[in-house]
Amino acid sequence: MTDALVESLIYAKPDALTHVGTHYCPGCTHGVAHRLVAETLDELGMREQTIGVAPVGCSVFAYNYFNVDFAEAAHGRAPAMATGIKRLSPGSIVFTYQGDGDLASIGAAEILHAAGRGENITVIFINNAIYGMTGGQMAPTTLPGQKTTSSPLGRDVETQGFPFKMCEILAQMDGSAYVVRRSLHDVANIRKAKKAVRTAFEVQRAGLGFSMVELLSSCPTNWGITPAAALTWIEEHMIPAFPLGDYKIHSAVAALEKSR
Amino acid sequence: MPKELLEGNVAFAEAAVRAGCEAYFGYPITPQTEALEHMARRMPELGRVFVQAESEVAAINMVYGAASAGARVMTSSSSPGVSLMMEGLSYIAGSEVPVVLVDIMRGGPGLGNIAPSQGDYNQIVKGGGHGDYRPIVLAPATVQELIDLTVLAFDLAEKYRWIVIILADGSLGQMMEPAEMPPMRPVRPVAERPAWALTGARGRDPNVISSIYIDPVLEEQFNFKLMRKMRQIEADEIRLRETLTEDAEIGVVAFGTAGRIAQSAVKAAREEGIKVGLLRPISLYPYPFEAVGQLSRRVKSLLVVEMNGGQMLDDVRLAAEGRVPVSFYGRMGGIVPMPDEVLDAIRKVHAGQPVALPGA
Repeated sequence: MTDALVESLIYAKPDALTHVGTHYCPGCTHGVAHRLVAETLDELGMREQTIGVAPVGCSVFAYNYFNVDFAEAAHGRAPAMATGIKRLSPGSIVFTYQGDGDLASIGAAEILHAAGRGENITVIFINNAIYGMTGGQMAPTTLPGQKTTSSPLGRDVETQGFPFKMCEILAQMDGSAYVVRRSLHDVANIRKAKKAVRTAFEVQRAGLGFSMVELLSSCPTNWGITPAAALTWIEEHMIPAFPLGDYKIHSAVAALEKSR
Repeated sequence: MPKELLEGNVAFAEAAVRAGCEAYFGYPITPQTEALEHMARRMPELGRVFVQAESEVAAINMVYGAASAGARVMTSSSSPGVSLMMEGLSYIAGSEVPVVLVDIMRGGPGLGNIAPSQGDYNQIVKGGGHGDYRPIVLAPATVQELIDLTVLAFDLAEKYRWIVIILADGSLGQMMEPAEMPPMRPVRPVAERPAWALTGARGRDPNVISSIYIDPVLEEQFNFKLMRKMRQIEADEIRLRETLTEDAEIGVVAFGTAGRIAQSAVKAAREEGIKVGLLRPISLYPYPFEAVGQLSRRVKSLLVVEMNGGQMLDDVRLAAEGRVPVSFYGRMGGIVPMPDEVLDAIRKVHAGQPVALPGA
């Protein structure tokens, strides 16, 4: 007589994701970031009260992949649109999902003022140091010396300026409650990123103010390297320029995390 | 309700409050700032939303978000600020959410000045932002009409899920005159927001508010949908006022403040025995092409009066289809024409002489 086989599901697609294949390139970390957000919405029981705001950029079609109400904003304007949604539906959970060009370049004013107002929204900020959707141009977060199609000799800080460090900038705003930077380059860091995403949504639920998780991400296609090499590139080049860490933590966050 | 002495900017803001406007997002700009100031005090007092945005770009996108959430929402601005809103307006048209905007026009181009103008006609009436759309545009000539059209604007915006723009000028925004406010309507409860709105996918499939159709076939289908909507608007929402046109030999066409001034000039010309009448379009989109065309069949000539270099003039010419000569008298730069100037232009047309613009 043999023991009965017991099947138990230990890993499944979150309810907050749709069953639609994504358009993201192989090796891109957008899929990981989407999953972290979706798992969080499931775990916190927020899916049916959440409204997402997609940017312009590679994640322009994010609304196809999240099983929640979604708006597709104009380039850079997601924080303004999210402000309008949240103010009229304070009981909803509102998040924006933005890339570096969207958030730190064309939408610099909107993100700064959303933080300044302490707008009670959550921002998932994907920093991959390049414009993905348009085919690899220089981003505000492109590293000094990094080659892109619009900085073909490498970003020259004399003429093309320095990378924008958005966590450091937004941490200065009194309205910011939770501003942290994490990385998606390996499993240990992905787990830390997950905790941060969860805390950010808990911060919003508690009404503490503006929350943002910056996720250092890969773009093997436009960096011109393999997916594996891209993860190493994050570790070796991006993390020194964009140090991981907690940049603004509201005094009530510790109690939030403890109460889990 | 009894008539009160009301300033235009305050009047339209309060009219919006009474029409059930749930949120106002704006940025200060002369000559409409009194509207923003009124909302800053009034909206929080009623438990409604007021946000002074960091720019007109942000303001219109906050409006976009609030409208996507299914709320009755508005903004107001003046010409340079409205230029900044064009991106957002195009997205709003492309996702069919109802929005009300009041443009209190000032002199331009560029920073121009803060004096009354009608220089935004082309930008507002012909669409403004990128892509194929035309918002409903309503042009009041008095503070009372500004109030009444603001209330109507919210209803039309929701009826058609479309942008409605009140196109007025600095003189109407700043002028005080007796007018009657509408009764206070209740604000629509959150639970009664439209089925298409972003309210959280509770027991239903997710709603998406978006203006993207990456497949050209689908985009064109959507374009055709908007065309059908606009054809319906053109069939049902034309508004105008004709004065003394029945026996007129000269037809004056003017909108807004220019229409009000032209009315004084028309009356004065009648006293001189000149058979002249006024057609004042109130809806600029949809434009009363049919009515202006009919007028062109009855009169010997048309005279267009505007506070710009001749923008509605093109539409009058289109409507007249070359049947009669179309003369133009306009002042620019924030200068409001005096009734005497318009009267003189009517006399010139009557005498078969060319109408000269001052300084031209």
